[in-house]
Formats: sequence, C-alpha cells, structure tokens
Amino acid sequence: MMPSATINKTLDIAAIREQFPVLNRKVKGRPLVYFDNAATSQKPQVVIDALVHYYTYYNANIHRGIHTLAEEATAAFEATRDTVREFIHAAHREEIIFTRGTTESINLVAYTWARKNLRAGDEVIVSTMEHHSNIVPWQIVCEEKQAVLKVIPISDEGELLMDEFKKLLSAKTKLVSIVHASNALGTINPVEEIIRLAHAAGALVMVDGAQSTVHLDIDVQAMDCDFFAFSAHKLYGPTGAGVLYGKKHLLEAMPPFMGGGEMIKEVTFAKTTYNELPYKFEAGTPNIADVIVFKTALDFIRDTGKEEIHRHEQELLWYATGKLQQLPGLRIIGRAKDKVSVISFVVNGVHPQDLGILLDNRGIAVRTGHHCAEPLMQCYGIPGTTRASFAVYNTREEVDELIAGLEKAIKILS
Amino acid sequence: MSDQKTIPEIQQEIVEEFSLFDSWDDKYEYIIDLGKKLEPLEDKYKLDENKVKGCQSTVWLVSDYRDGKVYFKADSDAVIVKGLISMLIRVLSGHTPDEILNDRLEFIGQIGMTSHLAQTRSNGLLSMVKQMKQFALAYKIKNGSIPQSI
Repeated sequence: MMPSATINKTLDIAAIREQFPVLNRKVKGRPLVYFDNAATSQKPQVVIDALVHYYTYYNANIHRGIHTLAEEATAAFEATRDTVREFIHAAHREEIIFTRGTTESINLVAYTWARKNLRAGDEVIVSTMEHHSNIVPWQIVCEEKQAVLKVIPISDEGELLMDEFKKLLSAKTKLVSIVHASNALGTINPVEEIIRLAHAAGALVMVDGAQSTVHLDIDVQAMDCDFFAFSAHKLYGPTGAGVLYGKKHLLEAMPPFMGGGEMIKEVTFAKTTYNELPYKFEAGTPNIADVIVFKTALDFIRDTGKEEIHRHEQELLWYATGKLQQLPGLRIIGRAKDKVSVISFVVNGVHPQDLGILLDNRGIAVRTGHHCAEPLMQCYGIPGTTRASFAVYNTREEVDELIAGLEKAIKILS
Repeated sequence: MSDQKTIPEIQQEIVEEFSLFDSWDDKYEYIIDLGKKLEPLEDKYKLDENKVKGCQSTVWLVSDYRDGKVYFKADSDAVIVKGLISMLIRVLSGHTPDEILNDRLEFIGQIGMTSHLAQTRSNGLLSMVKQMKQFALAYKIKNGSIPQSI
C-alpha cells in the first residue's frame, strides 16, 4: 500500500459505518445519530472482537508469569506501548505510562512532580477553558504547597489571550498545564507557542490531549511538551485505559505515584527500591485487556488514515456550523479559527437540557450542560450549552437530522 | 381546593391521560405544555436554600404545612422538568405526610418517564422527589406523630 500522505484518499463513510455495530441501533424508533463523540467515541467491530479474543484465548496476568498465556498477554500489552510511542512520536517507549485515562494522568503529575517541586509562592498556569480535570488537581496541590494557580483569559471567540499569557509568565511560573483542544468550545490552542514561551520562562508544560489526540497529528517531540495526557476511549478504544507521556529525565526524577506490586525492584521492611520506567508508575495489575485492545483502536485509526478522518470531520464541522447559524436565536459558543469537530451552541430562551431531551426523543445523542468546564460557562454567563461532536462515521445526512430535530424542538419549546 | 382524590387516584388519572398519546412527541408536547402553564414561583423564593440542584437544570422547591397537609410549590429553569414538577405537585400537594411518604409514585414508570428518575445526574427530578418526601418527613416529626429523638 502507498503511504496515505501521497494519495488523496476519499473515505468510504458507508463502509466505515458498517464497522461500527452500534450504528445499526434504533433509539426511540429512529436510527441512532451519535454526536457525543467528544464524550466517548463508538467502537469498531475489530476493537470489540479483540477484547473478546483476549478474554477467550490468552487472559493472564502480565510481566512475571512464566507460562505461555502470561507471555502472550505481556507481549500484547507491551506492543500497545510501542504503538502508542509511534502514534505520538515519543522518543522512548518507557516514556509511555499506562493510566486509567487523562484524569489519572494529570493527577499523576500533580501528585508526583508538582508535589515534589512546587514551593510556597510558586505559580501554576491553566486557562479559562480547562476541563475540571485540569483545574482541580492543580488546586489541590497548590493549596497543599501554598502555590498560586493563575488563569489565562480567553476572547469572546473562545481563543486564548496570548498577550495576557505572556504577562502571567514569570520566574515564579513552574508549570503551565493547558488543554490542546477544548472539549466545550472546540478551540485548538497554539500549544507549540505556549511551550516555547513557557520554556523560555523556565517552566514545564503539561498538555491535556484528551480531545486533540483523535483529531490531530500528535508529535510530542516536535511540540516539545514535557507531559502529554490522553484517553483510549475517545480514540475508538476502550474505556479505562489512557496514557501519560513524560520526558524520560523528568519521569526518572519523579517519585512514584502509587505503591504496590509491579512498581518495585526490591522490597524489605527497611527499604524498598523502585522499578525502572515505565513500571515505576504502573503499580498493581493494570487494565490489561483494555490496554491491549487500545492498540487495535490505534491501528484502526492508522489504517483508515488520520489525515483523511480529520478532513472528513472538518468538513462536517463547517457544514454543521453553516446550517446551525441559520437557525433563529441560535448562538455558537466557540468561534475560534482553528477548531476540532466540536460545536457548542445556545438558543435564546431555551434550556440546553430541554433540547437534549427532545433530540434524544428523535434518536439524536448530543451532550448538554456545562461539559465539566463550569468556570468557562461562568465566563460566558450561561448555565451550559448543547454540544454536537463529530467522528469519522458521521455524515451530512445526520447533521441534517440534527438541524430538523432542532427546528422542531425550538418550535415546541419557545 | 376541594380536590379530595387520593394520591393513587390522581396518579391513575395521569396514566389515563397519557394513554391517549400515540407518540413520544405528543407526550413531550403535553409535558412541555404543563411546564409552560405551571404557576411561576415568586422570585423571593428563588433562593439558594430552596434549590434542589441537579447537574444541568435548577429546581426550586418550597413547602407549606396547613391543617395536617403538605403543600408544594416549585419552579425550574428547564421547561420539561417544570412539566414533570407540575405532575408531582398535582399528585403530592395537599396530602398528609404519611400519604406522601408511603407512596412509590408508580405513575412515573407507567407513563414511561422512568428515565427522568435515572441517576444520570441529568436533571433534578430524583432529588426533587427525595426533597418532597423529606419535607413530609420533617413535618411528620415536627408534629409529633413520631418521636423526635429517633
């Protein structure tokens, strides 16, 4: 096969849809329209099969077993690490730490790196558009260390005010933890520039890649981030598995997160020495099955063509944006120039929850509410939004269904 | 109010009303209509202490106790929840604490609205039912029908 970059491949969306069995479902008597992909994407049959295959043929605990099943399970588990390394272009496989997901990855850095390195008066910078997962861990550790949490403001369009960010940076800044793509607005943040500026100020940068990794080409080395976090379930993979990437020298200098099996080299009651990377951060029996299957999901993305998926999603985003803008009283929240395929909106005089219920009644799954970004909603002075987010299997016809559903719902509700 | 119907009788009425609808669309249109018609709660009651907070919509609930009966008034910022509230008030308001505490509100399931009681944190209805029962229990304790020391 030719490398996908050299040919302008058009995706056969109908064929892709056939790979996702849940799309055959009817909800409330109508074909499911699944637009809640930013919360979690649906899973292709290969992923579902791989999970069943693992439990059917080679379920075993990994790393220390001497028998065949343990060897097979270990090899499959470690193969995912190699695939993840390749997927985000990390320099070393031991820079890939498996966690339960983005939230745990961020907490890991907060409870190890930040706890060890933050001092009273130090500053951590986040932005107004962060998910609670990238706010609360820093609040906890800042309170403990008497450090200060600073917040980068945003424009009405939902873009970071970079001049304000520059003003926040100082010798006191120890860490900038920033979302790559906003789950509530879709905004893609200029992480390369943020990282360059933060590094120049002597601070490290953690990137929350929960929303970006499925859509954008991720190269942690080119980006030069110090930590990067994401979850498998938003990449057509299983729930309960995720990744923390960290630069090797940083991870090596960090204390362990949790104590237990797997993460030790030697234990006596006098002293325990810790295992080497990445196992130092993988205490206890990991989520073996889901980590193994994560590889199948990443292979699915690679084989389908990440660039082609991105192009398709962008096309849907702009098609939906154009259509939504025509609905009277509807206002799109988040009008950044660069967006992932997430579109949030409010309708005059209509509560998002009512819209969500009526759309569900037509088999359309959207998300409504504050999207775990309450400070952002406060910034816009709204209780929440309705959010549609698109994946590779979504179509223009489904967007038309959404528009028809919205037209009807708005008519009934207002 | 001269409405002397029991809680189960009122629920039966609602179930019969809903049996007339062929589709979910019609059911929701009816609930939305109920929501729009619900007498708004005066602003003086829309206080944090009266909030029954769900994840997405806000419900304000106040109660009153007269002649051995509990009366409820409520409001919400979401209209479907308001419609559901309107039905809960119709069923429970104006009855004794015992009647309120002993009823399992089976009409909600019978009209196909159980999903609104599911613990998805998507609305405050479950919290609202709990809060109504708590008011009933509080009036029951306060008025000595069970000892306060338990």
